[in-house]
Amino acid sequence: MTENASDVVVQMTDVHAGYLPGINILNGANLIARKGELIGIIGPNGAGKSTLLKAIFGMVKVRGGEITVNGESIIGLKADKLVSRGVAFVPQTNNVFPSLTIEENLQMGLYQNPKAFAERLEFVTGIFAELGARLKQRAGSLSGGERQMVAMSRALMMDPSVLLLDEPSAGLSPVRQDDAFIRVSDINKAGVTTIMVEQNARRCLQICDRGYVLDQGRDAYEGPGRDLLVDPKVIALYLGTLAEDAA
Amino acid sequence: MTGSIKRPKTVIGLDGAAAPGVKKADPILVIDNVTRQFGGLTAVDVDHLEIPRHAITALIGPNGAGKTTLFNLLCGFDKPNSGTWAYDGTNLAGVPSFKVARMGQVRTFQLTKALSLLTVLENMKLGAPGQRGERFWTSMLPWLWRAQESEIEAKAKELLVRFKLDAKEQDYAASLSGGQRKLLDMARALMSDPNLVMLDEPMAGVNPALTQSLLDHVLDLKERGMTVLFVEHDMHMVRHIADWVVVMAEGRVVAEGPPETVMDDPAVIDAYLGAHQDVDLGVVTGRVAGELDTSAIQLLDEIEAATEAAAEGEPERRGEEEQK
Amino acid sequence: MNFLSILNDAASYLLQPTTLAFALAATGLAVHFGFTGLLNFGMAAFMALGAYGYAISIVSFGLPWWTAMLVGMLAAAVFAVVMGIPTLRLRADYLAIVTIAAAEIVRYLFLTESFTEYTAGSGGLSGYARAFIDASPLAALPSDMKIGFGPFSYTPSQLSTILFGLFMLAIAILLVWALMRSPWGRVIKGIREDEDAVRSLGKNVFAYKMQSLIIGGVIAAVGGIVWVMGSATSPGLYTTSTTFQIWTMLLLGGAATIFGPALGAVIYLVAQSFLSGLLSGMAKAGMLPFTDSQAKVLVLILLGLVLMLIVIFRPQGILGNKRELTFVK
Repeated sequence: MTENASDVVVQMTDVHAGYLPGINILNGANLIARKGELIGIIGPNGAGKSTLLKAIFGMVKVRGGEITVNGESIIGLKADKLVSRGVAFVPQTNNVFPSLTIEENLQMGLYQNPKAFAERLEFVTGIFAELGARLKQRAGSLSGGERQMVAMSRALMMDPSVLLLDEPSAGLSPVRQDDAFIRVSDINKAGVTTIMVEQNARRCLQICDRGYVLDQGRDAYEGPGRDLLVDPKVIALYLGTLAEDAA
Repeated sequence: MTGSIKRPKTVIGLDGAAAPGVKKADPILVIDNVTRQFGGLTAVDVDHLEIPRHAITALIGPNGAGKTTLFNLLCGFDKPNSGTWAYDGTNLAGVPSFKVARMGQVRTFQLTKALSLLTVLENMKLGAPGQRGERFWTSMLPWLWRAQESEIEAKAKELLVRFKLDAKEQDYAASLSGGQRKLLDMARALMSDPNLVMLDEPMAGVNPALTQSLLDHVLDLKERGMTVLFVEHDMHMVRHIADWVVVMAEGRVVAEGPPETVMDDPAVIDAYLGAHQDVDLGVVTGRVAGELDTSAIQLLDEIEAATEAAAEGEPERRGEEEQK
Repeated sequence: MNFLSILNDAASYLLQPTTLAFALAATGLAVHFGFTGLLNFGMAAFMALGAYGYAISIVSFGLPWWTAMLVGMLAAAVFAVVMGIPTLRLRADYLAIVTIAAAEIVRYLFLTESFTEYTAGSGGLSGYARAFIDASPLAALPSDMKIGFGPFSYTPSQLSTILFGLFMLAIAILLVWALMRSPWGRVIKGIREDEDAVRSLGKNVFAYKMQSLIIGGVIAAVGGIVWVMGSATSPGLYTTSTTFQIWTMLLLGGAATIFGPALGAVIYLVAQSFLSGLLSGMAKAGMLPFTDSQAKVLVLILLGLVLMLIVIFRPQGILGNKRELTFVK
């Protein structure tokens, strides 16, 4: 694989980060995301998956290492600066404004560049056709899965360099989880570089280009998603006990 | 991991085959026709469920199954839209949580509720029922409650020794680790000598080093004659200490039985993993070469149906996230 | 600028009825907020009910002073119940809003001309002071006699009210101390931190909060009585400004402590008097670019700043224990 530096959108090198003083959750994590890739991050509870994502978005204190977006360091930047650098973050919960309509939520995604609304709306409804018909609906009346869709769309409105998704399938019933994964894949196929953290390891690995398996705050395994899916080491540790039992 | 000392599972006497709603030989809780709706969405819809006495029962199910909602209803932290449940014959539907706690049914919380601004010992003493000094008028006359306080303190210290928290007696609960707080919650709940102990995700957030200790304590409860009902996601715990498992999905009880057989029940596997385990989403999304088989097509149909139903605002079983 | 007289005036506040009254009100607020976590922004109303209950009982109904005091305390208790029933089940911020409104309603009731027969409306009510003063054992002494020294010299009637106020303050502090070290107090402190946890242990949280509301309110009512016992009362004393002064004193001294409220009241009032005298004197002597009356307003601004600084930098106050009282949960 050619190491084309200009292709790299996000690069994390030897990152140490944590919430409480003296306690680090990430202990030397590394990650590369290239343009157009769908990166999956899996691992057991407490491995630091969400923390890794939050480190990119400045929500946790980075105490060592380097994080760059499009070649420029972003450590210490506040959220609004990160958004203008093209980093979009979709949290797990509380990710839409319930009292606003879907259209207003999408407008919120574009507040730094409101003139581009019509063009971006076309892009987004190209991926999520059903949104176009329901723009005036209050986001608070949507189900969990629908809110996920709106949250992701709102992030897409700003034409991000990289889309960060924190467990998009969390809290959803199995059918809706599969739906969410298909949507994420659609977003990525439209050209958006995406990094997603997931609990449902099997589904995540089935659709991602490359995956990282985190263990105790650092990347333990890395490789093409399909390879990790059948790697016995990964299966044994991270695909979940029920999968083990049901297999 | 069956507790550090291997203990036998309790065999549950049944009145019929193990199926949802089966009657038990000696139930401590009998739940009838309980429903709970949030707006147009049915979170819980249980026809009949009996919890066996002197046994450890696990209440499991995937996200959105309604198990936390049912749990909160049974503890009096929520009111049902319909239905009743009898605890030792007394109907508890609609009874507020503090009264339920006085009847011998206690609960712990998923996010520990150790009172960090009180010391460990004070936390324990708070768990004791019937301390006369807690009444307003008697509190001002110490001689009326001093003796009781000493008794309560002795009992508290005993429990703290059992849970290996005695060294921390005078420390503020804030200084305890997460796992120690879980132990404190459990110890405190035992101050009232309950009959039924309801544990809300006892393993949540507990680091592996403490898991063994917690499991042992739960098994202990059964040995001391209590009944345990717990909600959990951790399958290891369920498999190894539960005598009986109740599986919920989409608000209903879909299976009941001993852990070994319930886990193999196709209805349970479906509920957890979705019926389309064999579908490869890589193929479905076109990233990997392959043909869409019948299972994949069925999955896509189901997704479409669910999307339409949601768009039309039809009542659907919703995930528990939205109910908060 | 007479520095000595400024200091004298300030020092006298150590033992004024006003100080004792606010010490009592702050102690009541400590029960509500410091120990139980109830956000009561209507303490002035409890003081008003105590004062007017006392005054009206004597003036309109000719009751003896001690019965009148019981009436004032009872009025506060009833008010606590009436206000508590709908609000104690609500979130803290709703209780706060309702208490502000309730206090204003009470003040308007005493202000309105509709009840002037009993309340004397905006002019305020007087003519009841003798009921207590005549009953005091010091009444036998000549009324112009001065007992004491320096800033602490009083006529017998003044001394009567002050000694009474001190006595009531001592009882209130003793009561709060006894309550908070008892199992009842333990439940209350638990409620302050986490109601659900306490409920799950079988305690009737609503009843406890109501009891706390009543006891704190009654203590404040006694404060209201002590404030006006020897003089006159008027609706203008019981504005929200008064309530926030009580809050400042409470937070200054230490919200969850036994002596903190009283200490805070003393420090606050002494400081206010001193600053007021000082700035006023400086203004009159031309040392400041404001007038005398502007200087007095400046004092209020400075005291408001003090409240802000306390909440931001030392929320536990002077005597407080940082671990026990934290606004950041």
